[in-house]
Amino acid sequence: MNLKRLAVLGLVIPLITACGSTPSTGDSGAAPAKGSGQIIVGLITKTETNPFFVKMKEGAQAKATELGVKLLTGAGAKDGDNEGQVTAMENMINAGAKGIMITPSDTKAIVPSIQKARAAGVVVIALDTATDPQSASDALFATDNFAAGTLIGQWSAKAMAGKTPVIATLDLAPGITVGAQRHNGFLQGMGLVSGIVATSTDLATSKEVVCAQDTHGDQTEGQTAMENCLSKNSNINLVYTINEPAAFGAYTALKNAGKEKNVTIVSVDGGCQGVQGVVDGKIAATSQQYPLKMASMGVEAIVKYAKDGTKPTGYTDTGVTLITDKAQASVTSKDSTFGLANCWGTK
Amino acid sequence: MSSEQSAALDQRPGIVKVLLASPILGPVVALLLACIFFAVMSPRFLSGPNFSLILQQVMVVGVLAIGQTLVIITTGIDLSNGMVMALSGVLIASFASQKGLNPFLAITIGLLVAMGLGLLNGGLVTGIGLPAFIVTLGTLNIAYALTRIYTTSTITNLPSALTFLGNTFSLGGTAIANGTILMLVLYGITWFMLKYTPAGRSVYAVGDNVEAARLAGINTRRVLLGVYTIAGLTYGIAAVLQLARTGVGDPQAGQTSNLDSITAVVLGGTSLFGGRGSIVGTLLGALIVGVFRNGLQLLGVESTYQVLITGILVIAAVSVDQLTHRK
Repeated sequence: MNLKRLAVLGLVIPLITACGSTPSTGDSGAAPAKGSGQIIVGLITKTETNPFFVKMKEGAQAKATELGVKLLTGAGAKDGDNEGQVTAMENMINAGAKGIMITPSDTKAIVPSIQKARAAGVVVIALDTATDPQSASDALFATDNFAAGTLIGQWSAKAMAGKTPVIATLDLAPGITVGAQRHNGFLQGMGLVSGIVATSTDLATSKEVVCAQDTHGDQTEGQTAMENCLSKNSNINLVYTINEPAAFGAYTALKNAGKEKNVTIVSVDGGCQGVQGVVDGKIAATSQQYPLKMASMGVEAIVKYAKDGTKPTGYTDTGVTLITDKAQASVTSKDSTFGLANCWGTK
Repeated sequence: MSSEQSAALDQRPGIVKVLLASPILGPVVALLLACIFFAVMSPRFLSGPNFSLILQQVMVVGVLAIGQTLVIITTGIDLSNGMVMALSGVLIASFASQKGLNPFLAITIGLLVAMGLGLLNGGLVTGIGLPAFIVTLGTLNIAYALTRIYTTSTITNLPSALTFLGNTFSLGGTAIANGTILMLVLYGITWFMLKYTPAGRSVYAVGDNVEAARLAGINTRRVLLGVYTIAGLTYGIAAVLQLARTGVGDPQAGQTSNLDSITAVVLGGTSLFGGRGSIVGTLLGALIVGVFRNGLQLLGVESTYQVLITGILVIAAVSVDQLTHRK
């Protein structure tokens, strides 16, 4: 028995060495592919499932097919899974990717890995979410989340004219830049706070905000959060939500409490289901962003780098549009018909 | 009775006898087939740097799975390991980079905290006789909450002593991470301990039949306390590896590591019913997951399919274990 186990061990060791020690064919595995046919582009999203990232992947794939390049995709196991993104990035570098687009799950934690990728000659573009510091990536293609928040804030200020706002904010999670930017933009747009640094990760507050809860952008958590807020203060008449799933959760809670008619819900994202929520009157206004465009611009930039060595740099605003069927004076917006035609699309 | 059993044994098909005799044959074959498949499909798979990368990618879960194997051999299960690792990692990173403590002192504190939580698990399992599943579900939540209470933001600028294990040295032109060597050494030590020391053998004895082990004069409580504490130590070491690998102290680390480590243990042929298992198998199990993840990524296959394949492999592994040991 012992001898047999040893014999099996004897099998294992050569196997590991067989896998490990074979000399690499041609170029060294760590460096990107040199002149080997097809250009490889990587896309790493926070998760595989969130419709926002599904759309992003569609945009990247369509552009990759159009330009005749190969797209590799990867994602974390869940939102916040930094190591999963690191692993995907390492594998893409080994696969010979010329450039990698990433929506960082953890804006700080991903930085050392991005530095390694760039040192290996791979161009890295942050999509949707900036790294911290922003200069860690070659370029950033993203929505201005502070502006997205400001738009719904300005709209809310007009829509609530004559009423005293009693606000609940259904936020993302502590320490996440996107969540803080939308939240702070909203409050500044409403004119309740001023002089906020747009890059701050701290949530601003004002006396009108009677309840602030984290939802992780999740519908179920959004519902629970809204229920808790209502038991804290039943006079809430304006609800800011980090995204549309959270908004739908809030609507369900309000409807169960019989309050859905008197409470205004505003949100950010402009996904197809989200805009349908505007059509159905569940969401009053939402700031629409364009993930498909971010990804397709990213593929273009990487292919350009692969062909002529021009690296993308700096921040590119991929735009945001306020979608509402209750337009307010001096707040630029489009109606839900426009919103549905452009939901997360190429615009 | 025993002659009946051996008669029954003799009627089993040859393949079952082979599997009974060498339980790690299954994972070896699975790993070999996966390697051959990906080598044929992708010219980049079969290279030193790529395999070194796979080892690097499995080192954290690989070391967590050492502790998990020990616990599972004693019929237990440890759901808390990823969260213990996260807590320990955040403490080490914070003490060393924010509080200016000597990095080795910081590591010692982190290891002690991890061992303390392991001892707590072991104490509750042996002292009150609670099921390991429930105890470690509790400590999972406690360690998660303590981590979030301590910090919600990522700790950066780690001193070089903490990232040393993530650095590489060159072996025949292939860059090998220091941490992978540490992982292999830990597997070597555990293999030796389990196989050739009385303490290691008593771990199997306790897992096989705790009452029989007690009657045979083994201090079963001490064995269990020892197993959970040593498991805690491996989670602390995994925390150090995790810091070195990602270069940051990440309060969100390790959230799926408990299931990942159980997957590695089960793929390696260790029985969830205790008493049987091999530490070498666990290493193979971790490598199988790593090879599929890497290989499918090189082929440009969506990561969802890697999850699908892992699920199928886990069921296959448990079925093989169940069928070959059916009495």
